[in-house]
Amino acid sequence: MDFTLNDDQKMILELVDEVSEKEFAPRADEVSAKGEFPAENIKKLAELDLFGITIPEEYGGLGMDYLTWTLVSERISRACTTTGLIFGTNLLCTYPLLQFGNEEQKKKYLPPLAKGETLGAFALTEPEAGSDAGNVQTTAIKEKDSYVLDGTKIFITNGEVAGTYIIIANMDRARGPRGLTAFIVEKGNPGFTFGQHFDKMGLSALPNVELIFDNCRIPSENLLHKEKRGFRVAMRTFAAGRIGVGIGALGVAEAAFEKAKEYSKERVQFGRSISSFQAIQHILADMATGIETAKYLLYRGAWLLDQNKPFEKISSMGKLYASEVAMKVATKAVQVFGGYGYTKDYPVERYMREAKLFEIIEGTSEIQRGVIANFILKE
Amino acid sequence: MRIIVCIKQVPDTEELGKVKINPATNTLKREGVSSIINPFDENAIEEALRLREKKSGEVTALSMGPPQAEEALRKTLAMGVDRAILLSDKAFAGADTLATSYVLAVAIKKIGEFDLILSGKQAIDGDTAQVGPGIAEWLNIPQLTYIRKLEVNDNKVRAERVLEDSFEVVETSLPCLVTVTKDINEPRYPSLRGLLKAKKEEIPIWGCHNLSVERKRVGADGSPTQVIKIFTPQPPGKGEIFSGEIFEVADRLIREIKKRKIV
Repeated sequence: MDFTLNDDQKMILELVDEVSEKEFAPRADEVSAKGEFPAENIKKLAELDLFGITIPEEYGGLGMDYLTWTLVSERISRACTTTGLIFGTNLLCTYPLLQFGNEEQKKKYLPPLAKGETLGAFALTEPEAGSDAGNVQTTAIKEKDSYVLDGTKIFITNGEVAGTYIIIANMDRARGPRGLTAFIVEKGNPGFTFGQHFDKMGLSALPNVELIFDNCRIPSENLLHKEKRGFRVAMRTFAAGRIGVGIGALGVAEAAFEKAKEYSKERVQFGRSISSFQAIQHILADMATGIETAKYLLYRGAWLLDQNKPFEKISSMGKLYASEVAMKVATKAVQVFGGYGYTKDYPVERYMREAKLFEIIEGTSEIQRGVIANFILKE
Repeated sequence: MRIIVCIKQVPDTEELGKVKINPATNTLKREGVSSIINPFDENAIEEALRLREKKSGEVTALSMGPPQAEEALRKTLAMGVDRAILLSDKAFAGADTLATSYVLAVAIKKIGEFDLILSGKQAIDGDTAQVGPGIAEWLNIPQLTYIRKLEVNDNKVRAERVLEDSFEVVETSLPCLVTVTKDINEPRYPSLRGLLKAKKEEIPIWGCHNLSVERKRVGADGSPTQVIKIFTPQPPGKGEIFSGEIFEVADRLIREIKKRKIV
């Protein structure tokens, strides 16, 4: 494994760094405080062609690898967690379309996603189904040339702002996971509406919405992959998505670490900068070590994905580790800032609230440990 | 519309502290300092791209400079200009604004037909604001300088020209030369597609051998300007700081104002 950047990657990251530092980072506090969807940032990402990185050229993208995507996502997330997650969530729509879509579906749905004209979302979670993915209650019934969906999805990231949705519904509830089926549903399809917007601890500008399907009829060509093979679609998508979520967590960790490091050098107590105290130095050393470890697990996951090698175990490890590192680093960053860290005058309290999400979404830390244990016990 | 944008590569403003003057030649020592497109020239590129988006046509970026100025031209390609040409020759070295505008004007004649020439109001390194107007004079076309708003309709150009504390509305006809201020627009970032495409593009280099220039008008020979000395001006004296209790300080201030007959 060689993570030396090639010239194209260097060129791209230089551009992403410039835009992230000039456009996203200065507005991140405001985005979070206002709780409004950062439409300007998303427009910028689209103008830069960043949504098309992993989409092949024949479908309007740039045909580059997931490692490049991961490096880009890390930089965006470091500057603005919300923007990074919106960017990352798009992958949960483009990845299954690329992996499981037929030619017509790819030609129809990928070009607008690659250009960022449309955002994507993925919906499995329901009030009774999340960690227990097989317990999806939303039903899909085949009627001649169409399927009829009924049910409710919750906590759907990019909900309402997205135009293209991958929906997991059940065609045979008695068979649990073996009844699950994936569909492509477009915003505006009759019978498909949006409900509650969830009011969260952090990331208030990140859309997390209820999706309501009420006698929602979609054409049969919108079946993704095969009937009752949706569990596989969901699990593959989550495995890839975990690299994206892990990298979002890494971004928060890096941002919190940088702020804590800077502050520790400026803050004077007992006549010296607090960075001269061993107690603070050890905190900073642990932060940096955790970040570095998480980084290479995630890069390795992306690299394995690019090599068409099994990546699922490593992506779970990366997501688990990076999200726990993010939570520890953000909590310790607040500690380094002391009383100021607990105020909204500094961004570290925001990082702490944001970091918590990563231990929950895309499979909780407990689910990740289960997934990893399954892999290692079979090896 | 056929638009030509003249740009200059300059030292990065964020690293200006690192720029040193070579005392022997009175020129900039650029080693170790990264370069950028002159920021006002980026506004000129943006304006050209917007005009092309509205009216179709072609945008050509032109720059005179050392071989490494190619990097700046490549960025204009990534931003979306159709082609870029570098004017570079050892004989061009040491050019002042007269010799620079001469070479640019000769190159523009070689390009052929054009409707509009755009450039930034001045370069942030030399700050002369003379090269744009110089080109217009060599080509004998109208020039509008310090423009913050530009409208082109058929053959007419209508523009807002920035003055000291106001602006004037001016009009002329095409072809003409326009220099722009930073208020005219917000330059775009290059896109990834643009970057990857620009990387592969050929940037032709024109020098004395393929430009019909008179040798005595280029480079140091064609430059009547002589830099005698470069120095940092002395700051105009230190201000006086009154400190102490607020009312006492206010009293001293009033006494001082009266004494110096400021009001």
